[in-house]
Amino acid sequence: MARKTQGPEIERLIQLLARMPGLGPRSARKAALALLKRRADLLEPLSRAMSEAAERLRDCPVCGNLDTVAPCTICSDERRDRTMIVVVEEIGDLWALERAGVVNGLYHVLGGHLSPLDGIGPDQLAIPRLVERAVPPVTEVLLALNATVEGQSTAHYVREQIAASGVAVSVLQQGVPVGGELDYLDDGTLAAAIRSRRPL
Amino acid sequence: MNWTDEGIVLGVRPHGETAAVVELLTRAHGRHTGFVHGGRSRRLRPVLQTGNHVDVVWKSRLAEQLGHFNLELRRGYAAEAMADGDPGRLAALSSLAMLARLLPERDPHPTLYEITLFVLGFLDDPTVWPALMVRWELALLTELGFGLDLTECAATGANDQLIYVSPRTGRAVSASAGEPYRDRLLALPQFLARRGQAPTVTDTDLRDGFALTGHFLETRVLNPREIGMPDVRSRMIAYVTASRAMAPAV
Repeated sequence: MARKTQGPEIERLIQLLARMPGLGPRSARKAALALLKRRADLLEPLSRAMSEAAERLRDCPVCGNLDTVAPCTICSDERRDRTMIVVVEEIGDLWALERAGVVNGLYHVLGGHLSPLDGIGPDQLAIPRLVERAVPPVTEVLLALNATVEGQSTAHYVREQIAASGVAVSVLQQGVPVGGELDYLDDGTLAAAIRSRRPL
Repeated sequence: MNWTDEGIVLGVRPHGETAAVVELLTRAHGRHTGFVHGGRSRRLRPVLQTGNHVDVVWKSRLAEQLGHFNLELRRGYAAEAMADGDPGRLAALSSLAMLARLLPERDPHPTLYEITLFVLGFLDDPTVWPALMVRWELALLTELGFGLDLTECAATGANDQLIYVSPRTGRAVSASAGEPYRDRLLALPQFLARRGQAPTVTDTDLRDGFALTGHFLETRVLNPREIGMPDVRSRMIAYVTASRAMAPAV
């Protein structure tokens, strides 16, 4: 029988940390130890922050984002351009676009993409809510979906669903990433970049 | 154990944070899954797209284990379909991959593999691929043991004026023999009946063709397994019939 080296509370903490993305059992132990060593300035504030977040966490009824207020901070922001909705698959994609700071419009989180393999059809995605939102003052819907077969199939499906509204629909361009070396790019990306070349 | 082959990507499932379990339709080893280290990396994600043609090396300690795939891209059909912007083509890729998953695992189907590659090669031509997809579905039914006999009339043995198919036997029926039962028979499009000739393929022919293969896929393959027809196939048919009026035969 394995000898116990710490109490059940710490074991539980390590087990839960090990479920986090990027952490395995070993790194979870390291993280737990760091927390325990810095009880006052890290463990307790983190614990409080997590409790508060868990208590107040809400799905935004408008866009599907996660926030502690509903509607979410983005949807409530009056300075945002309300004529544009950027459609993303997951909240992580929304965060990535916000990090880049290039979008001043509103968002809509679909909650995934059409995936016959996983049995995800249109009913499992927040498409009806998007159709309801794609009305004036909205003039453009940007489909910022993944450049995969499933992502692009979803984009076409969404476009059809909102076609009747008359709102302009756009998609992200594909091409050479910043810092990308042509030699290391896959054929598909290169082909897309060539097709979408522009005059200099 | 290890082998080298070529294959078509049918599906990819994330495994952990960095790896993936990939399902291929291979030439000599049939539908086969394998673990891909770094399958979610930036380098491999473009390779692991549905419909891509890849070179594959499979390694495993025992034959019955999942094993590891080493994959290299031969032709990126997925990227071509995405760049093309044709929703029907994307739906065709997904539909083909979904239906190919009906094949038993690790059972070689080299003929269907060749036909699949042939269809993929023509997906950039919307006047050709819809009819090829109907033929591909017929070939799939044949490989699954439910091939249709469209060469002669089940009742008279005649091989002309074949315009119906019996929904029960999957055999062709001539116009005269089928007339009394026409309401209960499936329509046989002429591009399937008249081999070696090149009749024009109309929208009605395509609808009839997909209805024919759809009926037998449902009754012979999907219903016994208690699974439904993939939605993406219906979307593909809708795109096809909406986007084209006439096409030359193949």
